[in-house]
Amino acid sequence: MEMIELSIDNKVLRVKKGTTILKAARKVGIEIPTLCHMELHNMNIENKPGSCRVCVVEVDGRRNLAPACITEVTPGMVVNTHTVRVLNARKTIVELLISDHPYDCLVCAKSGNCDLQSIAHKFGIRRVHFKGEKSTYRKDTSPSIIRDVDKCIMCRRCEMMCNEVQTVGALSAVNRGFISVVAPAFEMNLEQSSCTYCGQCVSVCPTGALTEVDSTNKVLLALMDKSKTVIVQTAPSVRAALGEEFGLPAGTLVTGKMVAALRRIGFKYVFDTDFAADLTIMEEGTELLGRLKAHLAGESNAKLPILTSCCPGWVNFMEHNFPDLLHIPSTAKSPQQMFGAIAKTYFADLIGVKRQDLVVVSVMPCLAKKYECQRDEFKVDGNPDVDFSISTRELADLIKQSNIDFLNLPDEDFDTPLGESTGASVIFGNTGGVIEAACRTAYELYTGKKLDVIEFESLRGKEGIRSAKLDFDGLTLNIGIAHGLSNARKLLDDVRAGKSDYHAIEIMACVGGCIAGGGQPYHHGDSKILRQRRNAIYREDKNKTIRKSHENPYIIQLYKDFLGQPCGQKSHELLHTVYYDKSREEITIHHD
Amino acid sequence: MVPKLICDDEMADVHAPATSDKDSLKVTIKLSVEKINAINRICASYDNDPEELISVLHETQNTLGYLPAEVQEIIAHNLKISAAHVYGVVTFYSYFTMVPKGDHPISVCMGTACYVRGAEKILDELKKELNINIGETTPDQRFSISCLRCVGACGLAPVMMVGEKVYGRVSPNDVRKILEEYREDNCEECKPTQQL
Repeated sequence: MEMIELSIDNKVLRVKKGTTILKAARKVGIEIPTLCHMELHNMNIENKPGSCRVCVVEVDGRRNLAPACITEVTPGMVVNTHTVRVLNARKTIVELLISDHPYDCLVCAKSGNCDLQSIAHKFGIRRVHFKGEKSTYRKDTSPSIIRDVDKCIMCRRCEMMCNEVQTVGALSAVNRGFISVVAPAFEMNLEQSSCTYCGQCVSVCPTGALTEVDSTNKVLLALMDKSKTVIVQTAPSVRAALGEEFGLPAGTLVTGKMVAALRRIGFKYVFDTDFAADLTIMEEGTELLGRLKAHLAGESNAKLPILTSCCPGWVNFMEHNFPDLLHIPSTAKSPQQMFGAIAKTYFADLIGVKRQDLVVVSVMPCLAKKYECQRDEFKVDGNPDVDFSISTRELADLIKQSNIDFLNLPDEDFDTPLGESTGASVIFGNTGGVIEAACRTAYELYTGKKLDVIEFESLRGKEGIRSAKLDFDGLTLNIGIAHGLSNARKLLDDVRAGKSDYHAIEIMACVGGCIAGGGQPYHHGDSKILRQRRNAIYREDKNKTIRKSHENPYIIQLYKDFLGQPCGQKSHELLHTVYYDKSREEITIHHD
Repeated sequence: MVPKLICDDEMADVHAPATSDKDSLKVTIKLSVEKINAINRICASYDNDPEELISVLHETQNTLGYLPAEVQEIIAHNLKISAAHVYGVVTFYSYFTMVPKGDHPISVCMGTACYVRGAEKILDELKKELNINIGETTPDQRFSISCLRCVGACGLAPVMMVGEKVYGRVSPNDVRKILEEYREDNCEECKPTQQL
């Protein structure tokens, strides 16, 4: 590998050919400020359109300033990163960006988490010298995501996520010059577009241009309504990230404090989505075994591979892009919806509360869950199984609004019966986790033997597409795993083309799985945070005494008292769903 | 009286409820079989290569006269790219238009030479005569106005084009006379340029 010697701020260094000034500078501890640039290491995600120009540096012998994020080093290059010329240019650039930005930081949803705000602060900008026209564009609200492109700085991170990482193709830069915006095709609303609500655009947006629909006030109103019993469920990934909102290091598990906080906010019962994840495994695992046995018996209509259906962003993606394959995903509802269905039937009866007086709130690392809980098929006479879904960030806001000293809370336990869960359900938060949980149960149910080693290391990892062969007592099970929708698309294209020999495939819309969901605390491009959350999830699994879903005593009780058996009549009514063809194009020929 | 919670997040309340109604998401493409076939042929002639998007758009616009949303949807489908991407390209280049041009598209050169020699006055005169703005088409579909930058005839500035015909050293007084040539009764080769 050819090495290149250069100097940055009088420090001489040697770096590989092709390195940018930005990355070379980092090697010697010089942090050049960036705004549009974002890199998520280990994920092959890098956005460097070189559009914001905040990273400009002075290069000896070069007439203009060079954008450090896209300028590669050359032999003998002499770079200075904080000359008067550079400092002035940066300030002017940021002032120009701000001059076409609403001055509403005090009431902006992104305040405190905005990269533009922090860079303005960092550069010590105290006034804006430029006054001129401001962009105005209509606000666009969908069930999950709000677009306020007046706050867009055209960094194109959302576009990169939507098109390259997710291949959803809902967003593109349209028009030209001052009037250009990032928008769906034909500037339709997000809701009419192919958007899956995965929320990855929100998680990388540096400003308040893309934010989630905030339901915290609706939750507060329900909590204050004396006629309602309000209960809450929390997804596995929330406990591995919530602490970040209170200054704890990434990867700190705050399960006990989270439960205590929810109780203090006023939820009558604090339950766990993990319970429903165990239930999902019972249903999905049984379905897998059923289809597998049919396949082994040579039945021609055996539908394999079976696809996991826990992830609502992925379900949306499938409905939009693979309407011809809607028969292969598991019909099992997601844990969020299974929880809602059980809460508003079994649990409502148990405590003697009428369905319409029971309010189910879910705390999710996800924005697509907001859309999912509003789907018509998850309502009974207009009353949704899950009333409101809030993100991890919204929960942090609720805790702060309720005057709770989170860091000094005691650890408390979930309520029973819908709060008991196993290690299998916790790992739903990581890529590969759902299928590992399913295999822990499917193996024991299929072979009748106890698993020696509970961890299926071959299913873990961070590669976008992974495959593993598992030995089920002589039967080889081919497992596929994809996370990130571009990877899901590749696996599904193979299935469509008949080139796939997988028996089961797990798909998660977000790269890394739910721990990196669109509703999690902002990572600001730091992929170490995601790794630490991932490790925390596996730690939580290890700490559990019961680590296989079918051994959850409350799940066993639920089947005995209420559901009967997995994939039985009652399960089908309450725990399974259908999918719709939502492909956008419909060519109806018109004779004109 | 029960005190009310102040909720200022108006945005949170205005969104339409989610729907599983699949029909609301459909884009209905209303085009004749001939037009759909023509678009498919153009895409196929470029091997449905997404890298050839601009060429495909050029040729499609030359054939159909404009690039409405439906046409962009079909191109996106054939080239396996998102409709948002196609729309992004169409709206980036001023050459592409989503409204049908008139039978006689008029272009006024706004290059430096033409501009300093009074192109803007010609444009004003055209707008007044036809009662439309730049980028628009007359209700009878006969004329549309657009601007371009330099046709390479700077010696004849100011220059305007009607269809493929170039008019040089145009004065605002000439505008009405030029348009007369294309009025229905006078126009010799008057047949729609849109073949399909």
